[in-house]
Amino acid sequence: MSKVLYPISKPGPGAVGKTSTWRWQKPVIDLNKCTKCGLCWLYCPEPAFDIDAEGYPVVKYDWCKGCGICYEECPVDAIEMVSEE
Amino acid sequence: MSITSRVKKVLTGNHATAYAVMQARVDVIPAYPITPQTTIVEKLDEFIENGLLDASMIRVESEHSAMAAAIGASAAGARTYTATSSHGLLYMYENLWWAANARLPIVATFVTRAIGPPWNIWSDHQDIFTLRDTGWILFMAKNAQEAYDLTIQAFKIAENPNIRLPVGVGYDGFYTSHTSEPVEMLSQDEVDSFLPDKRAIKPLLDPEHPYTIGNLPDASFNFLIRKNMWSSMESSLDYIRKVGYEYYLLTGRNYGDLVDKYRTDDAETIFVSIGAMANEGIVAVDKLRARGVKVGHMALRLLRPFPTAEVLDVLDGADRVIVFSRALSMGKGGVLFTELADLAYRYHLDIDVYDVVVGLSGVEVVDNDFIKIFRDVSEGVFDNKETIFLLGGKYV
Repeated sequence: MSKVLYPISKPGPGAVGKTSTWRWQKPVIDLNKCTKCGLCWLYCPEPAFDIDAEGYPVVKYDWCKGCGICYEECPVDAIEMVSEE
Repeated sequence: MSITSRVKKVLTGNHATAYAVMQARVDVIPAYPITPQTTIVEKLDEFIENGLLDASMIRVESEHSAMAAAIGASAAGARTYTATSSHGLLYMYENLWWAANARLPIVATFVTRAIGPPWNIWSDHQDIFTLRDTGWILFMAKNAQEAYDLTIQAFKIAENPNIRLPVGVGYDGFYTSHTSEPVEMLSQDEVDSFLPDKRAIKPLLDPEHPYTIGNLPDASFNFLIRKNMWSSMESSLDYIRKVGYEYYLLTGRNYGDLVDKYRTDDAETIFVSIGAMANEGIVAVDKLRARGVKVGHMALRLLRPFPTAEVLDVLDGADRVIVFSRALSMGKGGVLFTELADLAYRYHLDIDVYDVVVGLSGVEVVDNDFIKIFRDVSEGVFDNKETIFLLGGKYV
């Protein structure tokens, strides 16, 4: 009998290639306003955020699709969506 | 009360099934009521209420959700069961494919019933044949005893780690589901030792080893998933035989032969049918044999995987097969007919295959229908190029 092949996958970055090409705008973070609350990291559906050694969010632009959820959720308006068109 | 020794009870097909499911000690039953399936899950609910079965009954808002919940439970490693019919089966349809492709060992009962409109609660086989290509292993029982026996075996087949396919046991609405007949049940100890340890079911949802189920792969992986299901289906035949013979040793009821043969050994004409009408075909064989006619009957108890070797063995020596389908492929012919016709072509059988459609929408099929067709085919009234429709003893 052959081994069963399950349709399961381990999560990993970029399974369908760089999703940054889907984007027409990108989030840019003003670190002077950022309070390190982490909500952008939490809400990002990809996830396309890292947290650096000092606790600041860093956007992984290779995977960010530019959806703007982080911009909507940021409680101190530290994120701006900048058009790339 | 729990069944401490072997016992014979007068049961409907639905209650016989419920007893088998209880004795299999299922963990989760997501279910939505639909005639003629409902009395299975009602009985199971009663078993739970009376403390005879330690299972979660999930009362969902639809059949689509019933199978979705079954998928979740089975993916978590629970022994999972549900049942449905007709429009319920169709509403469940998307998730029935999902369960098969995800290789989840769910067991379900499909109590066959026609599809409307017009509204109809009686049995035909259109509903279960929509599952033909999904990847479900499919049985079709002809009476309550077979419904009980096949339900017990279904769990063992589904959970084999080299098979891991959902298994459906079908039988006719009302003819089998609501008709009472004597059913011999195994003792609980016998069922416990016959079935594998349910804790051995490999969970796909495991917090220690997180996976995504059903994520987007490339096309060739998807192709290989289906090819792998094909391979498991093909190789499952050996295991289904093995389980059937084990069950034969235990009970004296032979399931290892995969097809239900009746006086086929020297038969020149073989009737083929499935489900409850097979009983009528068997009566017809006895009546024709009494007149010295060499006929036999074969009930295809296992629809998927198709038991090619067994069917070829039965057809060997016959020169005519008359296939009775209770389901119609519009613009093509009887659904069961195409299965046999394909075999005659592939294996270059020198045999005529006749296509007879009977019993759609629950119209009664009786022994005289088999006899009438036999007589008219023998007299050359029909050739095997046409699809013959017989309704209440008249051609339509």
